[in-house]
Amino acid sequence: MPETHIQTAFDRDLESIQATIMKMGGLVEAAITDAARALDERDETLADAVRANDKAIDDLETSVNEEAIRVIAMRQPTAVDLRTIVSVMKVSGNLERIGDYSKNIAKRATVLTQMSQIHDTSPAIRRMAQAVELMLQDALDAYIKRDPKLAEDVILRDAEVDQMYNALFRQFLTYMMEDPRNITGCMHLHFIAKNIERMGDHVTGIAEQVVYLVTGSLPADERPKADRTSFQKVAEE
Amino acid sequence: MDDMRITERHLDQKDIKIKADNVQVFYGSSHAIKDVSVEIQDKTVTAFIGPSGCGKSTFLRCLNRMNDTIDICRVEGQILLDGENIYDKKVDPVQLRAKVGMVFQKPNPFPKSIYDNVAYGPRIHGLARNKAELDEIVEKSLRRGAIWDEVKDRLDAPGTGLSGGQQQRLCIARAVATEPEVLLMDEPCSALDPIATAQVEELIDELREQYSVVIVTHSMQQAARVSQKTAFFHLGNLVEFGETGQIFTNPVDSRTESYITGRIG
Amino acid sequence: MSDISASAAGLPGKSSLYAESDRTRRRNAAEKRFRLYGLGAVGIGVIALVCLLASILGSGLSAFQQTYLKVEIYLDPAIVDPNDARLMEDPDAVRAELSKVLTFGYAPLIQGSLQAQAEELAAGPAPEITPQLLAAMVSSAAPTTLRDYVLANPEEIGETIEFDFLANARIDQYLKGKVTRESAALDSRVDVAQLNAADELLDLGQMEKRFNWDFVFGPDASENRPEAAGIGVALIGSAYMMLIVLVIAVPIGVGASIYLEEFARKNWLTDIIEVNISNLAAVPSIVFGILGLAVFINFMHLPISSPLVGGLVLTLMTLPTIIIATRAALKSIPPSIRDAALGVGASKMQAVFHHVLPLAMPGILTGTIIGLAQALGETAPLLLIGMVAFVRDYPEGILDPAVGLPVQVYNFTNRADPAFVERASGAIIVLLVFLVIMNLVAIILRRRFERRW
Repeated sequence: MPETHIQTAFDRDLESIQATIMKMGGLVEAAITDAARALDERDETLADAVRANDKAIDDLETSVNEEAIRVIAMRQPTAVDLRTIVSVMKVSGNLERIGDYSKNIAKRATVLTQMSQIHDTSPAIRRMAQAVELMLQDALDAYIKRDPKLAEDVILRDAEVDQMYNALFRQFLTYMMEDPRNITGCMHLHFIAKNIERMGDHVTGIAEQVVYLVTGSLPADERPKADRTSFQKVAEE
Repeated sequence: MDDMRITERHLDQKDIKIKADNVQVFYGSSHAIKDVSVEIQDKTVTAFIGPSGCGKSTFLRCLNRMNDTIDICRVEGQILLDGENIYDKKVDPVQLRAKVGMVFQKPNPFPKSIYDNVAYGPRIHGLARNKAELDEIVEKSLRRGAIWDEVKDRLDAPGTGLSGGQQQRLCIARAVATEPEVLLMDEPCSALDPIATAQVEELIDELREQYSVVIVTHSMQQAARVSQKTAFFHLGNLVEFGETGQIFTNPVDSRTESYITGRIG
Repeated sequence: MSDISASAAGLPGKSSLYAESDRTRRRNAAEKRFRLYGLGAVGIGVIALVCLLASILGSGLSAFQQTYLKVEIYLDPAIVDPNDARLMEDPDAVRAELSKVLTFGYAPLIQGSLQAQAEELAAGPAPEITPQLLAAMVSSAAPTTLRDYVLANPEEIGETIEFDFLANARIDQYLKGKVTRESAALDSRVDVAQLNAADELLDLGQMEKRFNWDFVFGPDASENRPEAAGIGVALIGSAYMMLIVLVIAVPIGVGASIYLEEFARKNWLTDIIEVNISNLAAVPSIVFGILGLAVFINFMHLPISSPLVGGLVLTLMTLPTIIIATRAALKSIPPSIRDAALGVGASKMQAVFHHVLPLAMPGILTGTIIGLAQALGETAPLLLIGMVAFVRDYPEGILDPAVGLPVQVYNFTNRADPAFVERASGAIIVLLVFLVIMNLVAIILRRRFERRW
């Protein structure tokens, strides 16, 4: 199939919309890394910067949606073009949510810097954030390259993030049971971990859109779910 | 792709009305239709799309043997209408065309009154025994053509004095007046403005309840709007034939995809 | 893109819309010139037409008027009926007996009647007039007229009857201003004294110009009495021929074109036929005359000079025109009409006869009438099949000898007497009137059938 449309303006529209997505992806990746670093390094300024940057991400999402609607109205895309536009809208939604989670992490990081550090959980959180960030990178890569293999890989890697979250969940439970003074900190940390886990889910969503975009159907089998905290009970003494 | 049609486009498996088997059409030495096999369902709108010169109109005209009027045109293979081969030697094309009506690209009412336009077919086929019956047929056909209300007060007015959209609906009424089973439409809206197009498209959707409608169109949007099944022709080949929703969201063949997304002409 | 910007860069600056550029000026000038050429062409055409009409009307209109001389004649039984045949019982016997006095014998009657008149004139305005000269002012057809009258009315012998005799062509021409005293002086067939007498008789009311129905409906006359010549025989001959062309050429031509255009397969045979029809339309008409001579007269032994042969030859000549016009008319009907008819299940023939033919009718009629008009004006082929003969008797059927109007014109122009020039032009006017009428009919029919719905 030829790469270009007969109407080159259509190609330009699609390219610009996808460039916006990539720009958004870059901002979101940075937001994840920075939020995790702000937490780890107790850097309040960085945390504030992350919170401030979220506005830019939201604006980009709005502009992607507007562009997408304009393209639908004016060019009546079909088949792969239609799927591109639909996936762009969904991916931008996912990215925006990830951005929101990063902002939430940054907020909690600001609170946590005013407390004493609880053991050494933040490096683990940072590792988890890194894993998600890598997944996001790969998902966006897969999107640009229209590579469903890579996307499937990303989907599978979500299980690792879930595992890390499970581990952290148990850790926080233990700390809170050891010393009730840890509860405030641990609750914040837990929400941070939960946020990162949700980010992973959204990255998975993006990867799924890649698969849909290329093949025309969503991945058939259920993705592996490793988040078992919903079934976790406090170990009774 | 069942998930694509939660909406009204529910497709039951219907009877096969026309079955084409390995149809080949030659214009002199050029091979216009290559080995086309297709099954057209009853009470369904089937759209033929494809670039200009891909053979979709040629194939459509094979379905009621309009190609017979072209001396150098030769058709091989068989086309079964309700199981009977329409290219059989025993078949009289005139009789066939009463069963398989046709509507053309340009609205072409006869330069006669609206009444005579519709009454012509029934007259030559002897469908009415007297004037009253003929009146009834004319009214019924004009109603089916969704134009009765607009012309009932001026049946004696010339058919060519109507607007383009009305003329085309008059032509459809004329086509249904002979009680056909299949309606062939060769780009019926290409000469019409968008409102008239919408009216004709609405009419096509209504006709689906009684007829098997086959429509050739240059507008892919139109195919998407009115048809349940779509066939994509390219260079005389039937490239892809399937459910319209599937063709327009996720075509199987890359040529189909290129065409409907506007990457090849 | 790049050349546009390059040429834009090449411009000295932004040009104003108000200022006419050189290119535009040249273009506009060229356009104006072309319009002038067109106007010039149309003008030349109009001038040519006006000249033609003026010359023909100028010399021909007078043919419709003829000078008559009133003469009172005593039908002297001693001259017209020396044997007293009028007293016999049997009308046939009367006639037979009266016929024994030849036309020549009636001439003295006329001269005698003019005796008193001549003396009166000789005493007055025309001193050199003699009874002989005065009698010569009457057409040499007059004795014939007189004799015919006597033969028809033998009971009036012995009575005095007033006759309107045709005046001699010279006198007639003099009164129409075409013979002058100067030309008369050189002419052995007219005397200046006669001209003086004519003036006087005109004043006296004994001579007058009247509308000449005999020219339109009367038969031709011999070379030395142009005043009696008419085109009636030619009119009838042409009418017969048109009838034959209409009856034979139209059905054959229209039928052939319908078949060729709508039914015949397009192959080398039809191609050849098509080329040949086009060629036939361009074949000089005299060739058709030769063909007619060979086939209809020499081979089929149809009577020579008859309207039947003329009509057949003209049919052959007109057929290609009709076929070409009809095919063009059929071709101009959009195929969508045929498709529409076939699409509702009409057979090929129904499609053609119910829809295509009615729509093509105006074109077919126009073509046919133009073909007929062409046939009406054709001379050459008729010359070859003997229709150029001098015919005085009205044809009673299509097998009797006749002439055609254009041939009559040719005949008139061939004759020595200058008075026939007027006759020829008069005949041309009649011919033109017929052509105009036919074209009008074509236009009216086209309007009638051309119901643009």
